[in-house]
Amino acid sequence: MTFRKKYDVIVIGAGPAGSVAARFAAEHGASVLILERDREPGIPVRCAEGVSHDGIAPFIDIDEKWIATTIKKAKLVAPNGEELLMENNPTGYVLERRLFDTALCNLAAEFGAELLTKADAFDLFKEAGEIKGVKFTYRGKEEIVLCDVVIAADGVESRVGRWAGIKTDLPLEDMETSVMYQMTDIDVDPDCCEFYFGNEIAPQGYLWVFPKSRTSANIGLGIAGSSALKKKPQFYLDQFVQKHYPAGKINYIVYAGIPTSDTLNQIVADHIMLVGDAARQVNPITGGGIVQGMIAGSIAGKVAADAVKERNFKTKFLKRYRKEWNKRLGKTQKTMYAMKEKYLGIKDKRFNNLVKAMNKIPKDKLSIKTLFTEVVKNDPKLVIEVARSFVVSKFK
Amino acid sequence: MKIESSLCDICGTCAGVCPVDAIRIFEFKVEIDNEKCIDCKNCLIICPAEAIKEEK
Repeated sequence: MTFRKKYDVIVIGAGPAGSVAARFAAEHGASVLILERDREPGIPVRCAEGVSHDGIAPFIDIDEKWIATTIKKAKLVAPNGEELLMENNPTGYVLERRLFDTALCNLAAEFGAELLTKADAFDLFKEAGEIKGVKFTYRGKEEIVLCDVVIAADGVESRVGRWAGIKTDLPLEDMETSVMYQMTDIDVDPDCCEFYFGNEIAPQGYLWVFPKSRTSANIGLGIAGSSALKKKPQFYLDQFVQKHYPAGKINYIVYAGIPTSDTLNQIVADHIMLVGDAARQVNPITGGGIVQGMIAGSIAGKVAADAVKERNFKTKFLKRYRKEWNKRLGKTQKTMYAMKEKYLGIKDKRFNNLVKAMNKIPKDKLSIKTLFTEVVKNDPKLVIEVARSFVVSKFK
Repeated sequence: MKIESSLCDICGTCAGVCPVDAIRIFEFKVEIDNEKCIDCKNCLIICPAEAIKEEK
């Protein structure tokens, strides 16, 4: 693999946010290099892999190759074990992220972006304080490649932004610590995603069972960092697995952090834009970030190409990205973040009551709409605060 | 703070909560710069793999 001395745009990180950013920048005329630390895109997978059809369809043609299961149903399980099954949901998928990420990256390449794997960015190259390129190691050598725009898609660690002087760290209450088991030899409903709640299950978070087939699933949970002082997430996951899937096999373990904050205050500076987990563009209630990252990437990629055309790389110009993000999802994320505390702080007893109330609704009427109209009668405040934010955003 | 590299999964969560950018992830190693570290313990608390310990 070779690379040039200069590109219009360098994207750091070949996850969904980075690949979509690269594709949109290239599609709109910019020369683009993607730097990826790992040996191929999509590895290691650090994700529960659930997405909605409507969320990903604008960005890629749906391909069975990277779909493990098609999801029609969602099951919520209250702290007391009472179940609420919702069957009238929009279609979702559990992905094979490794293949999905590769497909997105290939799409960027089809539009002309170049990919360099095993390229480990370690700093920005600056002249007189101005970003002029990226420093990285490749095949044992330190390299500098010049560019006009850096798109930082480096995920939860979000270190590239710091090199540009942007504050990206989150307080413990706004970062979930997460453990997931990829399990086989279990019996699961292949078209139903399950969500378990409760202070003993996953404090300030939730536990998920996302089927990958009839006999395998991603079973994981996230708890707020501030809840992990005494017991770590794996304690809760082991407790759950021993109770529900004692005969199942744990194939491998995935450790991850999930940002659950508002979008960072600053996601743009001269010559640089942050996208995806790096910009904390994640639904702070569900922890879902794939679609958010792709939407942000599409906006940032287009703005980068526009900046190249107009030879204007100043914050003021690049802020078009921030403005458009606020319009598309930023405002929603802000609302979700404000609701997070109420939702995650919900007492077990109140959650039990909520599920009980929802279960009185006839099954065929149990949908997002009925949650608004019917259940409001039971605990209006709570339903408005909690049910709406959760259900509406579940697959986002 | 000290990272037990045999337990570390290089997930990057620790760096995401470090308020002073003391955690470096480079060539598949996570390192804490104890010169910069302010001993806030954020990384130790958040680490999902339980790979970070206090240095005695």
